[in-house]
Amino acid sequence: MSAIVLEWGLIAALILLGLAMACATFRIIRGPRAQDRVLGMDTLYLNGMLMAVVFGIRTGSDLYFEAALVIGMLGFAATVALAKFLMRGEVIE
Amino acid sequence: MTGTALPEWLAVVVAVLAVSGAGLSLLGAFGLVRLGSFYDRVHAPTLGATLGMALILIASWLYFGGAQGRWLPREALIAVFLTTTTPVTLILLARAALFRDRTERSEPDEKIVPAGAEANARRTLKGDAKTPPPD
Repeated sequence: MSAIVLEWGLIAALILLGLAMACATFRIIRGPRAQDRVLGMDTLYLNGMLMAVVFGIRTGSDLYFEAALVIGMLGFAATVALAKFLMRGEVIE
Repeated sequence: MTGTALPEWLAVVVAVLAVSGAGLSLLGAFGLVRLGSFYDRVHAPTLGATLGMALILIASWLYFGGAQGRWLPREALIAVFLTTTTPVTLILLARAALFRDRTERSEPDEKIVPAGAEANARRTLKGDAKTPPPD
């Protein structure tokens, strides 16, 4: 019983996170200006990181947690670099 | 899937936490689609970046503690990192957007002023510097 509840709950969480990633992708494609696309990319990697954590719960393995940690750090660096680029026209001055 | 060693109440708690955290993330991303301007939209995904992230990480912590007996505070790494970096990224993005909006709005004025200065310099080079420059 507990395995069934956990299985379906985690599948539902994965579907919800996938829908959230679809919304972020819509904003990346549709976004009227560049900052909207950067914001959509920020949301996309965040939801992808949460999806990796839920995959880790579902399979019971440690690998997905480290993948989530790396995705979080690289996504932060990417968003900061893109915001600097939008502001100044170059990343490193 | 190794969820057999998990007690039933803990499995229900983990499932409820994961589903509510994912639902909050979906709500934030849906706000990203629905809201009108960029300055409204920049607030929406923080719902998933704070509370949704915390609920899913608590679910992961409870699962790995209950099913495998390892009560390690690993998820606190992601939680602390995201909590410190999300405001920084969103402030930088909002400042970049504000800078772009302001420069685009004041762009015609900036184009007029260098053109006038250039015309004055050209007139000075031609030698008729006695005529006053037009305003």
